[in-house]
Amino acid sequence: MTVGTEQIVQTSADDEGRKLGTAETIVTYIVILAGAIGLMFPFAWMLSTSLKPLDEVYSYPIIWIPSQIVFENYIEVFKKVPFARYLWNSFVLSVLGIIGNMAGSSLAAFSFARLRYPGRSFFFIMMLSTMMVPVWVTMVPTFVMFSRLGWLDTYLPILLPAYFAVPFFTFLMRQFFLSVPVEIEDSARIDGCSSFGVFFRILMPLSVPALATVAIFSFFFYWNDLLGPLIYLRSQLKFPVAMGIASFQTEQYANFALMMAAATMAVAPMLVVFFFTQRLFIQGVVITGVKG
Amino acid sequence: MIALPKTPRARREALEGYIFLLPWLLGFLLFTAGPLLASFYLGFTSYRGDRSWPDWIGFANFTKLFQDELFWQSLKVTVVYAVGFLPPGMALGFGIALLMNQRVKGVSIFRTIYYLPSVITGVAVAVLWGFVFHKEFGILNSVLEWFGVAPISWLFNSRWVMVAFIIMGLWGVGDGMIIYLAGLQGIPTELYEAASIDGARRMRRFWNVTIPMMSPTLFFVLVTALIKTFQIFTTAYIMTRGGPNYATYFFSVNIYNTTFVSLRFGYASALAWLLFVLIFLLTLLLFRSAKFWVFYAGEKEEAA
Repeated sequence: MTVGTEQIVQTSADDEGRKLGTAETIVTYIVILAGAIGLMFPFAWMLSTSLKPLDEVYSYPIIWIPSQIVFENYIEVFKKVPFARYLWNSFVLSVLGIIGNMAGSSLAAFSFARLRYPGRSFFFIMMLSTMMVPVWVTMVPTFVMFSRLGWLDTYLPILLPAYFAVPFFTFLMRQFFLSVPVEIEDSARIDGCSSFGVFFRILMPLSVPALATVAIFSFFFYWNDLLGPLIYLRSQLKFPVAMGIASFQTEQYANFALMMAAATMAVAPMLVVFFFTQRLFIQGVVITGVKG
Repeated sequence: MIALPKTPRARREALEGYIFLLPWLLGFLLFTAGPLLASFYLGFTSYRGDRSWPDWIGFANFTKLFQDELFWQSLKVTVVYAVGFLPPGMALGFGIALLMNQRVKGVSIFRTIYYLPSVITGVAVAVLWGFVFHKEFGILNSVLEWFGVAPISWLFNSRWVMVAFIIMGLWGVGDGMIIYLAGLQGIPTELYEAASIDGARRMRRFWNVTIPMMSPTLFFVLVTALIKTFQIFTTAYIMTRGGPNYATYFFSVNIYNTTFVSLRFGYASALAWLLFVLIFLLTLLLFRSAKFWVFYAGEKEEAA
């Protein structure tokens, strides 16, 4: 984990151990650049539409660059729906989800990575196999259970599972804990440190990058999640952004300027988080993917 | 038989192990194992979500399934999408990773750009794509117009809508690309050098070094992408609600509607279990096929 993918990319020679010819380099560049522009097109267009005066949104042929930049569409979104509330709800859900995932997964991961007890590998295999279970199979009984508990229209059904060690995050944390040298732990144990001490005083402080990765992934999960809110939430004032846009869309289907303004606001926090944390993000994908 | 720890220290460690494991164990029982068994049971009942005890109806749900047109339609849509999306998606992702693995400047910026669409997902992006595919005001048609293509009604024409979904899926190829890129960088340069010394030309090196060395990575991406593809929901729910005329009525949309629109909890459980079994069998099939095409460096060395 100390070796960033950044570094790997830069130091790796081209796969055949020789430099590319000039013509090949130019072609490679053109292809990569064209692809990149194509991929960014929808985002650029979303932004441009959200800043256009209304008549330019529905003009034919399409106007790519607005004649003037206006913020009407954004203001309109806040007037039509409680969008600030949606953003706040998403924020609250994300923060509580992040805390739950960090706590739950690191406890279980410590158990899997560092402690020896009968049945450990059995439980570990059980956990890995549950990663394959589609949400759809557990959805009906889980819904019945939470509705019997009277938790419909609360955040509990959406947040609670995070506090009970989600397998994906537990696996990620376990892989990280395995990479921490046992010697550090051993010397602490000789000094009389208990497992709890080892966990809180030694492993957790060393695991900041892994915890950050868990936090980023959970942020994206809670910010994007539609199914959970769709099933469990009823009152509009409790909707997170994703659900808010989904319901807004059914009312304002044809009003693209407003929809794009709302979409831009929903996407912006993800973009910011991604740009600042992409190294950790990519490491997380690589750790759980290739090295898994 | 499980051997019990003998020394007091080992016994203490075992106890601590179980204590730390407790959050996962409880979560496993409450949110996975319990619901899994419950939905298996419900699959054999006509439960509708009320307070009465579910009525056992044996295999009735499953026999009904085979005459249910919507079930077949949802299965067809899901399989067609998987077949239409996975091969080009994997090839494209791998191709981009190969290009990026060359010594080009600014690769980290491009990597970010290519990866971005697979990270930024969800409702907002589905709404955005709904606009991209719009017949009169969408950019896709206006770009196609430069090439003289007449406007296509992407989302309201049952023939084009699947193409639209595949295009949208391909937008997220960066997901696999990141993993391929890491895999490519893990191939030891000595292998290429040795191949060159033996006189292998470029294509030969690609087929005999890159492909075998990358096969475990390709396998991993294929398995995870397959599992994901079979559960696609948000985009279909937001953009088309399964339409037009059930042309994007994916399996998960069918399960969702059966549960929360028709309130047929028992039938939905049967559907969900069928999906689970289907995904499981396909994954198993892939793992079985792995020994014919996935090369694990460690194993082969021993054999040779």
